[in-house]
Amino acid sequence: MRPGLLRVIFMALLWFGGVVHAQAIEPMPFANHAQELRFQHLTQQLRCPMCQNETLADSNAPIARDLRNQIFQMMQQGRSDDEIKQYLVARYSNFVLYDPPLTSGTWLLWFGPLLILLGGAGAVLVVIRKRNRGAAVAPEASTDHAPTDHGDDW
Amino acid sequence: MNRLLPFFGFMLLVVLFGFGIWWNTQHDQNAIPSPLLNKPAPAFNLPKLYEPAQTVSKADLLGQPYLLNVFASWCIECGAEHPVLEAEGPGLGVQLVGYNYKDAPADAKRWLAEHGNPYNLLIADEPGNTAIDFGVYGAPESFLIDAKGVIRYKHIGPLTPDVVAKELKPAIAAMQKEVP
Amino acid sequence: MTPELGQLALILALLLALAQSILPLLGAWRGNRALMAVARPAAAGQAVFVAFAFGILVWAFVRFDFSVQYVADNSNLALPWYYRIAAVWGAHEGSLLLWILILNVWTVALAAFSQKLPEVFASRVIAVMGLIAVGFLAFIIFTSDPFGRLLPMPGDGADLNPVLQDPGMTFHPPMLYMGYVGFSVAFAFSIAALLGGELEQAWVRWARPWTNIAWGFLTCGIVAGSWWAYAELGWGGWWFWDPVENASFMPWLVGLALIHAQAVTEKRGSLRAWTILLSIFAFSLSLLGTFLVRSGVLTSVHAFASDPRRGIFILAFLTIVVGGSLLLYALRAPKVVGGKSFKVVSRETVLLIGNLMFAVAAAMVLLGTLFPLIGDALNLGRVSVGPPYFGFLFPLLMLPVVLLLPFGPFLRWGKGDWPALKQVLLRAGIAAAACAIAAAFFVNGQLKAIAGVASLVWLGIGVLLYVIKRWREMPRGRRYPAEMAGMLLAHLGVGVFVAGVLLSESLSVTSDVRMAPGQTQHIGGYDFRFDGAHRATGPNWRADQGVVTVTRDSKAVAVMHPQKRTYLRGQVQTESAVNAGIFRDLYVALGEPMDANDIEGAWSLRLYYKPFIRWIWGGGLLMMLGGFVCAGDKRFRIKRGAKIEEATASLQVQETHA
Repeated sequence: MRPGLLRVIFMALLWFGGVVHAQAIEPMPFANHAQELRFQHLTQQLRCPMCQNETLADSNAPIARDLRNQIFQMMQQGRSDDEIKQYLVARYSNFVLYDPPLTSGTWLLWFGPLLILLGGAGAVLVVIRKRNRGAAVAPEASTDHAPTDHGDDW
Repeated sequence: MNRLLPFFGFMLLVVLFGFGIWWNTQHDQNAIPSPLLNKPAPAFNLPKLYEPAQTVSKADLLGQPYLLNVFASWCIECGAEHPVLEAEGPGLGVQLVGYNYKDAPADAKRWLAEHGNPYNLLIADEPGNTAIDFGVYGAPESFLIDAKGVIRYKHIGPLTPDVVAKELKPAIAAMQKEVP
Repeated sequence: MTPELGQLALILALLLALAQSILPLLGAWRGNRALMAVARPAAAGQAVFVAFAFGILVWAFVRFDFSVQYVADNSNLALPWYYRIAAVWGAHEGSLLLWILILNVWTVALAAFSQKLPEVFASRVIAVMGLIAVGFLAFIIFTSDPFGRLLPMPGDGADLNPVLQDPGMTFHPPMLYMGYVGFSVAFAFSIAALLGGELEQAWVRWARPWTNIAWGFLTCGIVAGSWWAYAELGWGGWWFWDPVENASFMPWLVGLALIHAQAVTEKRGSLRAWTILLSIFAFSLSLLGTFLVRSGVLTSVHAFASDPRRGIFILAFLTIVVGGSLLLYALRAPKVVGGKSFKVVSRETVLLIGNLMFAVAAAMVLLGTLFPLIGDALNLGRVSVGPPYFGFLFPLLMLPVVLLLPFGPFLRWGKGDWPALKQVLLRAGIAAAACAIAAAFFVNGQLKAIAGVASLVWLGIGVLLYVIKRWREMPRGRRYPAEMAGMLLAHLGVGVFVAGVLLSESLSVTSDVRMAPGQTQHIGGYDFRFDGAHRATGPNWRADQGVVTVTRDSKAVAVMHPQKRTYLRGQVQTESAVNAGIFRDLYVALGEPMDANDIEGAWSLRLYYKPFIRWIWGGGLLMMLGGFVCAGDKRFRIKRGAKIEEATASLQVQETHA
């Protein structure tokens, strides 16, 4: 694999980031279609450590190619997706996972939206109950001249 | 009080952004802290660059601390780093091991002939498989490995005189203090 | 024209912006009509100078004036004229100038169309727009001068990032900025209302068309960006939940909530404080987007080159504008619960739930986007939050919205009736279930695809039922007022969008293949035959160009020419070939030759069959159209006369209260 001049320039550019937007297109000898789908799915969930805003599936960085190859080999050896992820995390840290695992540190990330939702839902319930009661007691408070009712309830 | 909540929430964001700006002046955004830090370096067995028939393994290097410097002839930043290695390398007090990464041996040798060879030992990883075990994802990267084979320090990107003085040398000093 | 004139124009614009913001505010406070009258002429003057500066930068690009650093960095002699003009907003400085220009377009429009508004209110609104302009003009003058000189002048420039050399990218930023900046109008209205202590909801009606139009533009900008990413990046995806994409999506979500909240406030008087808060949030998130893209605090595909100085400047500006307005909100927001009351089963309730879900979704996106930063702060190491996170939570949050959407129009304000709802539930539900069962046979039982068909039918029938109801019940001419027609269009767009997303995601076929000339691959019912590759050249690139002939059942479908381009400065860029269709896209990207020295031999190629992907953008465009149509409603046209007196009267009442 003697790199030609083009490849040298190509890689040099790559190292300086952002200049190359070529897709990683590498046909691999998958055992079957299911494995190909599994490979596509898995590599799309992993972040390339070099070109940091691309998935391993899309990145053309040399390290992404090597890692894709490694993942492919591990799949042929019958390793599970979790084992492959563990392998990568042990070397490149959780950074490579686009799907951050639930730990004490990422608790806020995964359950924060639920907390916000519950808080918001509580506020909405209070408003609805208050306004509902208002409907029973006080008929039409402040805005009598609301100019929008033109016989067409829309 | 309720009506001040959005304001306080926003102020929290401002603090976070202020922190973000400060943090990014202190850290390289492209550097991913290695999970291998303070753990035993991975086992390897790689051919020497100049004598491909002989291989060097991790065991061969135990007993003496060394700086493993990942470089390649295609890597432009390595060219910027090279003079620093030449100037500072001998004064570091550790062996300098060159790790030629994903490079054709001929290209690497030509490059070394042109730029000079500061390394005590040169090993070659042309396919780049062992580098994955080290968590290498580009070049240059440098690992400080102690006499017991534990990774004590890692720097991603070119070593500059500043990095050598402020990070690498203190790391070496700390390591040497432990081992009498 | 010397570029220095551009800089001078910007400085004069800044002075006028200061006049436009400070004097009318003083005037409105003091009741001094002369000071208030400064607002419009100052705004017009500012716009003239900004347009002049923008014109000078365009001219510098057209004339290849490489003595201007920005021009030299982003264009060269071989760059075609249309991309030289697009290059004006191809990097940080110029795009900031575009932002300011668009801000002025909105301000001038506002000045022109607000003549019938109460004077005090209108001058406050224009003054707030002026304040925003002050911040951005100071930003560009002090940190990001687009007219800086490069001496000695180089013979040729560098290049516009090839990724940006695409029609989609030419339109994406202006549309997006029209949306971002457009939210400043709703923002200015609500700040003016807060300043005036305006408890009346009249201002909401004046603000509504502006919000709808801004939201429509933002939708258009996001659709253009998504289409560009799909066609240009060669990855076959259309959304990546990247920080910068999220930065445009958050204001969109909040804007969506705002549009619906404004409807409630305008028509029923309730949710006033919430509407004001959303107006502030929508624009704040637009500013936040600018901060995220330009400060470099987050890594992103599309981010501009970062500079901590700029980050600090925008952060300070953000703190003053957003912090100030939130404080103002805390002090002056209406405290009395106003408006008409409503029952549990009512349109208000449904809109409230919708608002809740949009707001929570926006908060979720914000949390996910900023979490890597929080991870740094909490010393968690570097955390990545990507498509698996957002792609899991977002649909969950939107599920209630999709389920409730058909009922919205059928519910009455204040008090809805059950029988009508049951009828909708029954009809749309049965139709959706029947179509889902039928679809199950065509898609091999893929749940996602079935859900896509079901939601399309559910939402589509929901809209259709309401169209029929109006047709039957209302006299001609009053059946579909623009506001309602816009709503129906946008809601139909949601159905089309959801169907597009679910169907394309579940039924797409991707294959990386090695093909020698003459070889054929069978994908998604189509035969792709590779007819070899050859060299091709363009104005500023050369390329290896593949020829792929697609047939179906031996009938010719298309001849596609995917390219791998190398631009002047050595940048490599894949240029995918897309054969578009209503029901499917065929998509071919060229990889690399198997033997680097023989481009006429075998190549690696990526072939996609993407059914219904166009529905994603189609749905988005329907939503955009909905926003625009809505804004055209006659009701929103301000008439001089009774209403204004009414509004001023209430204004005076407020002043005495305050």
